[in-house]
Amino acid sequence: MLAIAGTVPDKDFPLVAGEARLKGKRIRIEGKAISVNRGTPALLAAAIKAGEVLGQPAPFGYLVGDIGMGDGSRRLYQYLTRHLGESGFETITFHYLQPDVDWHNRVLFAVEEMAPRPILIADAGFMYAAKMSGEATKYDLFTPDIGELAFLADEEAPHPFYTRGFILHDENRVPDLIARAYEHHNAARYLLVKGEKDYVADQQGILAIIDSPMEETLEAIGGTGDTLTGIVAALIGAGMETRESAIIAAHVNRLAGYYANPTPATQVMEIIRHIPGALEEILEKREGIREQNAV
Amino acid sequence: MSFLKFLRSKEPKASSETENRDRGILVFENTSEVIRAENALKAEGSKVRVMGPPPEIRSGCDLVIEFPLIEELKILRTLREAGVAPKEIVPVNSPLLQPVDLFQTKDFGQYLMIRAANMKLTVDRETLTIVNISGGGCPDVPYLAQEMVGKPLPESPTPREIGHTLCGYALQLAYEEMKRQCLP
Repeated sequence: MLAIAGTVPDKDFPLVAGEARLKGKRIRIEGKAISVNRGTPALLAAAIKAGEVLGQPAPFGYLVGDIGMGDGSRRLYQYLTRHLGESGFETITFHYLQPDVDWHNRVLFAVEEMAPRPILIADAGFMYAAKMSGEATKYDLFTPDIGELAFLADEEAPHPFYTRGFILHDENRVPDLIARAYEHHNAARYLLVKGEKDYVADQQGILAIIDSPMEETLEAIGGTGDTLTGIVAALIGAGMETRESAIIAAHVNRLAGYYANPTPATQVMEIIRHIPGALEEILEKREGIREQNAV
Repeated sequence: MSFLKFLRSKEPKASSETENRDRGILVFENTSEVIRAENALKAEGSKVRVMGPPPEIRSGCDLVIEFPLIEELKILRTLREAGVAPKEIVPVNSPLLQPVDLFQTKDFGQYLMIRAANMKLTVDRETLTIVNISGGGCPDVPYLAQEMVGKPLPESPTPREIGHTLCGYALQLAYEEMKRQCLP
């Protein structure tokens, strides 16, 4: 089963843990509802939609309110350290949590007590903490954008805000940044880098580049990175190998974006509703995509 | 080996190189400012401690305040309200690092997007309405988007006012650059 942990932008939202459902434009867990705008609710919504096509049960969501003070995140960190060990999740995705190295290490310790060890995906604030902790290599997949990749590539930077200027956040430098992130052990087993072109890479180098359909406006739309992480999490949760999941997810996210006919003012829910159709279409072309991306 | 020792031996430990990576340092002109700042920050619940400065810090007094770096925007707001501004703010593990100062601008015709570090802000040039905020990974990003998207650039609450983290700080820089480019 797939579990997803993160925060929502409502300071009064209580800590909830349970099956996540998508009702209209809202995620519901344990009778509590939150709008899908971006962030972890968008990730959950994308994972739910993809999971439906894959015949998977609803993902298990851990959500708490946090508007940046870190209080909700710390409560969730604590809850995860107490409860993950007794769970039987096969895949866990950590998302919008206040980066905190100490709490990250405690959660990772709890995960390492799990048998069998789940596949670990990290994005957003939890990925920042994973890199800062020096434990990035214990993860199976990171899903950074270009700015976050530059942060992973800069062995000194404690946050993307402090990435050094000579490590340019430039699409043309993506292969160099990926190599540098691996050189300093600041990348997961696989990287899925989202941008104008999406890159799937591992320690050996770039495994696939996905660049069509091209919808430049997606970069401006809040939540499109979250949907990509949600789709790849659902595919891995359904048992697909991580590398192939990343490649398929990149294709699906781009196609769903294309079908939404977006402008920079489009909101992410308009893209999420196209995920099932896009996923079905890409899965039908799966063999062709395998051959196309055989690097 | 006792059970407790066994557990401890398996716990992922931060090396000396990484244990302070999420901490920052506030540098002040004099000790009196350090004490005032410490009092203000502790009063609002921040986890801070007073310590000696690392050798790379060559200015300020003999004491600095260590704080959770991710909370830089919130900490600065508290200090501003207390009337005690730091002379310098640096990450603990690399005191010579500076905030990102490169902006990338993407022109979508009717819309303009500006990126600072990991944060992107997009505005409709005709109406000056903020139409999207993307990127970032700290929990105040979805909150900032919720409060800012759909509002005119000059009237929107700013990340400096309602944000808390370094992602919020990066968005503030993008916001200021957007104002510089779009407003007279």
